[in-house]
Amino acid sequence: MTDNQVQISFTINGDAVTVDVHPMARLLDVVRQQLRLTGTKEGCGEGECGACSVLIDGELVNSCLTPVIQVEGASVTTIEGVATGEQLDAVQEAFIAHGGAQCGICTPGMVLAAVSLRDRNPHPSDDAIRTALAGNLCRCTGYMKIFEAVRRSIAGSMAQ
Amino acid sequence: MRAFLPDYRLRQAATLDEAVGLLADQPGTWRPLAGGTDVMVQLAAGALAHRQYVSLWGIRELRRIDVDADIVTLGALTTFSDILRHDVLRSEFPLLGRAAADTGGIANQNRGTIGGNIANASPAADTPPALLVYDAQLELTSVRGRRAVSYERFHTGYKQMDLASGELITAVRLPRRRGWHQHYRKVGARRAQAISKVCLAAAALVESGRIADIRLALGSVAPTVVRAFGAEAILRGAAVGPEALERAGAALASELTPIDDVRSTAAYRRQVAVNMLGEFLEALPR
Repeated sequence: MTDNQVQISFTINGDAVTVDVHPMARLLDVVRQQLRLTGTKEGCGEGECGACSVLIDGELVNSCLTPVIQVEGASVTTIEGVATGEQLDAVQEAFIAHGGAQCGICTPGMVLAAVSLRDRNPHPSDDAIRTALAGNLCRCTGYMKIFEAVRRSIAGSMAQ
Repeated sequence: MRAFLPDYRLRQAATLDEAVGLLADQPGTWRPLAGGTDVMVQLAAGALAHRQYVSLWGIRELRRIDVDADIVTLGALTTFSDILRHDVLRSEFPLLGRAAADTGGIANQNRGTIGGNIANASPAADTPPALLVYDAQLELTSVRGRRAVSYERFHTGYKQMDLASGELITAVRLPRRRGWHQHYRKVGARRAQAISKVCLAAAALVESGRIADIRLALGSVAPTVVRAFGAEAILRGAAVGPEALERAGAALASELTPIDDVRSTAAYRRQVAVNMLGEFLEALPR
């Protein structure tokens, strides 16, 4: 192995994988092009929009800014790993029920940002929800419906 | 145009010793890569001039927060999220937490590091003004050993640092102190994600209506983050009130050297900096 081509082993949505890859390749490109998991989207490519969000060891990260060498031995979750088989996550159900997706490009990142919030804070305030979604841009500007979907699915009983 | 990856080399260092060993190898050849939130942006834009990096991510001894009686030490790989989760930092160094919460969105805070924020040396970075207010010391490590440098003297010009070839920022030390009134304000195009137009971190020790000691530090108003020594000198010993505010505001306006750029204008930055100082001083107890 040289500095230019390495083997990186990690788990993705629970499956162990090993990829031959340049160590500085963006995790985004490895996920989409080598692992063919195209649910993760590329938006701005500079960490502003959150479309490429994934979870690494449970933490929300922009995969466009992650050199793949950082995930050696880590557990990565993409949008494909959020549902359990055919059973959608409650956040995903709420996005459908409340019209949280329009063109859909931001949706995988929004869902992962919401799932990550729920893991850290099962009963977030409205402010905490807004902060958790602040790194994700929706160019359709459907923010209210996205916020409502997250609020209903996570904050649950406190939402009306 | 996007970078051509085979032009680049990236090697993982397993330990700090291995990292500084690589940095010492053919001086200037290897550069450190921490969380990646700045370097990878340049890579994607095809604007990353340097080609050879050593990845520090995962070096455990660099990602820690040690609390001692007089000092809190942050390893250079401490992320903004680590700062926000830490009880002592939250209660005693709130400006650092405020700045960390303003540094991009949560996904960036989970990867961006305090050492990287310093080494990237942006005059618009959010945490450095807080570090100036807290009289931070940096620990620099190389194969020759360690040295401490006052953060106040670290940035020597635009993107220039007191960092020798082969040296790595390994820790940030913050002296603990009690009873200071603290204030943080960042003005950007919007609240979340935006890079600052102007940012102020401030702290003052007030004794019976007089300012016994004060620190004022600003971002985006000079080629580096800066202490406002002129305004501080006027305020130190002064009675809290409108007269001190007026004199200090004038001193602040004259000592800042902001520029017109894509985010704002020099005139706006100077005026808002003075307004921010006023906001801080008006909240101090008389």
